[in-house]
Amino acid sequence: MGEELRLPIAADVDVVEARQQGRALAAVAGFSSGEQTVIAAAISEIARNILMYAKKGEIILSLVQNGDRQGVSVVAIDQGPGIPDIERAMQYGYSTSHGVGAGLPGAKRLMDEFEVDSVVGRGTTITMAKWRRAI
Amino acid sequence: MEVPILRQGQYLIASIQSALTDADLSHLREALIAQVGRSRCRGVIVDVTALDVMDSFAVRTLRDITHMARLRGAETVIVGIQPDVAFAMVQLGWTLKGVATVLDLEEGLAFLDGRTKERVVESKPKKPSSRG
Ligand SMILES: Nc1ncnc2c1ncn2[C@@H]1O[C@H](COP(=O)(O)OP(=O)(O)OP(=O)(O)O)[C@@H](O)[C@H]1O
Ligand SMILES: [Mg+2]
Repeated sequence: MGEELRLPIAADVDVVEARQQGRALAAVAGFSSGEQTVIAAAISEIARNILMYAKKGEIILSLVQNGDRQGVSVVAIDQGPGIPDIERAMQYGYSTSHGVGAGLPGAKRLMDEFEVDSVVGRGTTITMAKWRRAI
Repeated sequence: MEVPILRQGQYLIASIQSALTDADLSHLREALIAQVGRSRCRGVIVDVTALDVMDSFAVRTLRDITHMARLRGAETVIVGIQPDVAFAMVQLGWTLKGVATVLDLEEGLAFLDGRTKERVVESKPKKPSSRG
């Protein structure tokens, strides 16, 4: 809590930086290295989407706490074109860029919480979080 | 970050040394396909041990390399997928469909030796068989 890491996304090196910072933060939160990779992969997908569809934006990483559970929160913000049909965009295989259409549904599957907020012409905000499994 | 591509006998070996950007991955694909054509090699090994994540772009690039190399007469095998990376891939429901993966470089070489031998056998003129 408190501390947050704001990472600009404007080039493909920023995508690598964001997922590596995400992994480092997940390690601080005590996630296993398998889960760190899962979080890094989800960040990679949404950061790449920012670059591809909005050209630039920001990823905000922070540690979160809920009772005695610790987690990592990832917020991706852009002022790009927005997503006209979020339900469709969340479907596996839907892509407006001849992609696989696996990014958003994949990231959702990897994280515990996943929310898309988007207004056409205004931009997109994706909020996701992963919680550490109670032992 | 350029990925070094070494030639060993009839095979090309690309060893990824660090995390790669999408541009680096695309560059690796182009370089490998160009070299497969130029060197007429029979096999390609991509060592992904140092790759930090296997996200949709990396998966797609490895699939593309496999398919494009096959069109040019070379088999591809991916070696060194880390357990953590495999764990994330399984959760994503991603399989490297149509892409051969083995544990390490040694197994990769053995795999290609097997595959290229098969090909030689296959390409010998066959006697007409009685099978319909
Ligand atoms: N930040 C964004 N701004 C605008 N549109 C977006 C954004 N992120 C995703 N989209 C839209 O949602 C669709 C689905 O995204 P998703 O990441 O699932 O697939 P993709 O990017 O098309 O392909 P892949 O990620 O598999 O390479 C995109 O094709 C695009 O139309
Ligand atoms: Mg995408």
